[in-house]
Amino acid sequence: MTVIDAPRAQVPDELSPQRGRWHRVRPFLPLVALLVLAILPYSTISLPGIFEGPVNSPGTLQLLAICLIFGGLAAGYDLLFGRTGMLSFGHALYFAAGVYGTDILVTRAGLPLWQAALLTVTGGTILAALLGAVALRTVGIAFAMVTLAFAQVGAILVARDFDGLTGGEEGLPLDVSGLPAGLVGVTNTVNLYWLALAYLTLVVFVVHRVSGSPTGRVLAGLRDDERRIGVLGLDPYRYKLVAFTLAGGLASAGGVVYVLIVGGASPHITSSELTLSLLVMVVLGGPGTRWGPVLGGVLYMYLDHRLTAFGTSDAVDNLPAVLSRPLSQPLFVLGTVFILAVYFFPGGLTSLAPRVSHLTRSLRPPPFDPPSIMKL
Amino acid sequence: MGTVILLTLTGLGLAALYFLVASGLSLVFGLADVLNFAHGLFLGVGAYGTWWAAGNLPGAGSDGFGFVLAVAFGVAAGTLVAILVELVLIRPLYSRTIEQVLVTVGLSLAGVALLQATWGADARPFPRPDWTRQVTGILGAQVPNGGLLLILAAALVLGAILAFLRWTRYGLVIRAGVENREMVTALGIDVRKAFTLVFAIGGAAAALAGALGGVYFGTVSPGQGGSLLIFAFIVVVIGGMGSVVGSAYAAVVVGLVQQFVNYYGTSGLGDICVVGLLAVVLLLRPQGIAGKVATA
Repeated sequence: MTVIDAPRAQVPDELSPQRGRWHRVRPFLPLVALLVLAILPYSTISLPGIFEGPVNSPGTLQLLAICLIFGGLAAGYDLLFGRTGMLSFGHALYFAAGVYGTDILVTRAGLPLWQAALLTVTGGTILAALLGAVALRTVGIAFAMVTLAFAQVGAILVARDFDGLTGGEEGLPLDVSGLPAGLVGVTNTVNLYWLALAYLTLVVFVVHRVSGSPTGRVLAGLRDDERRIGVLGLDPYRYKLVAFTLAGGLASAGGVVYVLIVGGASPHITSSELTLSLLVMVVLGGPGTRWGPVLGGVLYMYLDHRLTAFGTSDAVDNLPAVLSRPLSQPLFVLGTVFILAVYFFPGGLTSLAPRVSHLTRSLRPPPFDPPSIMKL
Repeated sequence: MGTVILLTLTGLGLAALYFLVASGLSLVFGLADVLNFAHGLFLGVGAYGTWWAAGNLPGAGSDGFGFVLAVAFGVAAGTLVAILVELVLIRPLYSRTIEQVLVTVGLSLAGVALLQATWGADARPFPRPDWTRQVTGILGAQVPNGGLLLILAAALVLGAILAFLRWTRYGLVIRAGVENREMVTALGIDVRKAFTLVFAIGGAAAALAGALGGVYFGTVSPGQGGSLLIFAFIVVVIGGMGSVVGSAYAAVVVGLVQQFVNYYGTSGLGDICVVGLLAVVLLLRPQGIAGKVATA
């Protein structure tokens, strides 16, 4: 029996995407970025206006680490929102479960960090699976409200401080005496920075692998047309539960790293505002893209921290009160930018690059083409 | 006995507050499919509008007719903001549900930050007539007058909305639109006018809730709307989206459960019971007590 290969499909040139100048380098860019971020703490450059103090000062490294964590959180949230189309308003709950779980196990129960971290991530994942199993019985807006309500329970539990576990309004500082020496103290901020970078890398890797897998295709199908997936004989509920559980587990892992960086838990991380800001990060960056949510998360946290300094700077203080007061509120600036983004660049930051290149291409004068009469 | 009556009446006061916020949310969601996160902002505008008017508006004050004027000003401000939000921000995104939610989310963040920037993050004492600070003896229970005022206002608003929906032409359009929007459009009626109207009604009710809530709590702060909003959402889901009567029933149930469990159990347990109630309702009857099935 002879096997005859089918002839290769002929794709017309104008249909195949044009290869950019950098197409050979592109696949390696994430690795290069990772390398640059990994060796960043060795540089002593100071970037006045962008960071206070040199890049490797503990303050800057801590800010960067928080930005990286939220980049990872936003990427995990995008697994729900951008890739599966689930609008969850309760993602803060799983992050808070990671933060408070680790904190309580280390500080109150005196467990070593690795045990606490393992227990917390397992617990957070199970929590997400259980609550997701209930919440996913609803769809669309009702799902959003139910997740919001569940997250509110978390916020109430933390705020009411049952048995004095959570410290209530004041939060719970992390007891550092039992932690590994390399993770404690101002001089070791760099290790926490690397931990945050590792977390971000993990999340991006997991999300990338999942969205490339057959499961990820089903998830994308659920986002675009859930009924069709049902008709194809797949169970939407089960796939959504998988995505929800995975995202919850990733968020609680982020909480474990976050509590180490910040050195304690405070009740504001349980608020629905945190989930809303995750949503803002994803939409600003570009939902459903690989780097958009990461970029959005990093940028949002950076702006959130830096706009506070900007708001109290002289340049703003000298403005009339009508302008200076709203500008001193980071959330006002970010909320306004967010609304504008929804209207004017719905694809987020990542959609800007193709648009700008399109614009420059159409603005460039066309190559000189002699009129056909001259050729004769 | 006195305790039970007191708890019932304060629970009903809380229920009244929830109902004032939830009725607008429910109508807006039922008709326009907009999950309005900015509803808490309307509440905040109503509260701060009343607070500002009582101090600055000529003729308005914290007592007697002046207070009525101040509340009217707050409600007018809330209604105006609601109409503006619908016209400027929601209408261009007609039938794009997710984007509408995102815009209201952004608006709630920015709006609350703006309130905070203008009047500070701290709670401010709310101007209220002296009689609202006192209590009335009902069957041996000393019930605060602020709560009774809320119950009265909510009952009036419920009656007014129901009458409006039942006996006016616009009410007919809104009821028909909640049931089947496409059909109403196909009959040649501009449903979007009804959207604006529903936003105005919801904004007015929420602003009233803000003003009377200020009287009830005695203070006003920028974040007040947000925490009430979550329970209002729960009320809307339990009651069934698009049903005003369902919201009223659900508000009463939620308010009473919260008040009784918080008193007889641990503080905070009532709030958790309410969420448990939500989960039970969703598992047994996903469309809520009296609503259409909530999809998309």
